[in-house]
Amino acid sequence: MPTVRMTVNGMERSGTVEGRTLLVDFLREHLGLTGTHVGCDTSQCGACVVHVNGSSVKSCTCLAVQADGADVTTIEGLANGADLHPMQEAFREHHGLQCGFCTPGMVMSAVDLANRDSDPSEHDVREWLEGNLCRCTGYHNIVKAVQAGARAMGGGS
Amino acid sequence: MNDFTYHAPTSLDDALAALRGAEGGTLIAGGQSLLPIMKLNLAAPTDVVSLAGVAGLDGISDDGDSVTVGAMCTHAQVAGSAAVQGRIPALAAMADGIGDAQVRNAGTIGGSLAHNDPAADYPAACVALGATIVTDRREIASDDYFQGMFMTALEDDEIITAVRFPVPARAAYAKFANPASKYAVAGVMVADGPAGVRVAVTGASGDGVFRMAGMEAALGGSFSAEAVAGIGVSSDGMLSDTAAGAEYRAHLVAVMAKRAVEACG
Repeated sequence: MPTVRMTVNGMERSGTVEGRTLLVDFLREHLGLTGTHVGCDTSQCGACVVHVNGSSVKSCTCLAVQADGADVTTIEGLANGADLHPMQEAFREHHGLQCGFCTPGMVMSAVDLANRDSDPSEHDVREWLEGNLCRCTGYHNIVKAVQAGARAMGGGS
Repeated sequence: MNDFTYHAPTSLDDALAALRGAEGGTLIAGGQSLLPIMKLNLAAPTDVVSLAGVAGLDGISDDGDSVTVGAMCTHAQVAGSAAVQGRIPALAAMADGIGDAQVRNAGTIGGSLAHNDPAADYPAACVALGATIVTDRREIASDDYFQGMFMTALEDDEIITAVRFPVPARAAYAKFANPASKYAVAGVMVADGPAGVRVAVTGASGDGVFRMAGMEAALGGSFSAEAVAGIGVSSDGMLSDTAAGAEYRAHLVAVMAKRAVEACG
């Protein structure tokens, strides 16, 4: 069975996996990082979004072995101790969640957008969140949160 | 998903050796098509050979009369490439409309073309622009490459290395997207390039991408939306599913063609 090594939230992690082990399962089951959620398992809902080498991807549609050697950031890697990341703070401030299941993926996707565009329009945000489904909020407050979070980040994560 | 042996070669030769040495091997690029079908057990390879670490499959170059895109370039890289945006903006815009942001960050042009989903966007772009599919052993014209739903001219152990797009005078892509998947219910790329005016349709036919000869002739005479407006599209052979029936798809092809011509300016 293959051994994978990757940097996860700044720490060197490794594990023995099957070839078919998905990145999301490696994160959740092997590393105990259960903040990354599995919603649909069909690469549609975006609850599993993490960053691999700085780009947001769906970790249910990525093999752990594909991320061997990569730099991975999950939702657990955003906050600095008790201080929420600006995008997390914006989601709290603007009530960008209800049940919260989709939120880790929403935030990780939003941070990727903010890294590319520090002042996205409402249209830009809605387009970018095409691959992140929320069944509670109707997106209105999520969009507001992402715009505020992006401005708070000021072009950097 | 069945388990498999994973290979991470760093050269084309090693990738070919791994593929040829496997009982039922397959290549993986970004995995955005392959992994979903493996989850459904529609594919159950014994060996998966990754192209991610293979040298020489990345990069986008402006060659003057053409733009060459490395097979492992992601849709996001194509969409964001200054060379593609500058020389073939319709191709950049098309790539920017594939799936969603995360799919575009992982999915590749080579993977999409090797898979040849009948509703994928790239087949229309390749055929309309008259692209050449470059592999480890030869060059294949787009007109010869696509051979029906999920079927291509690739041999079992052949690896796409790049795609070469001639720069057109003008081109545009119009897609009526499935609201859930963003795959094309009907997508039409119109290009006025070195090989003349070409109109290629994806998403609509069960046989995959096809050209609209009648529209091409009409646009060759007068490049205007009015020239294609009166050309009927037959529903024979059109896909019919929960997203759209065959008649509706045929109608959408005509509408998308008109929009694409208008977008050419």
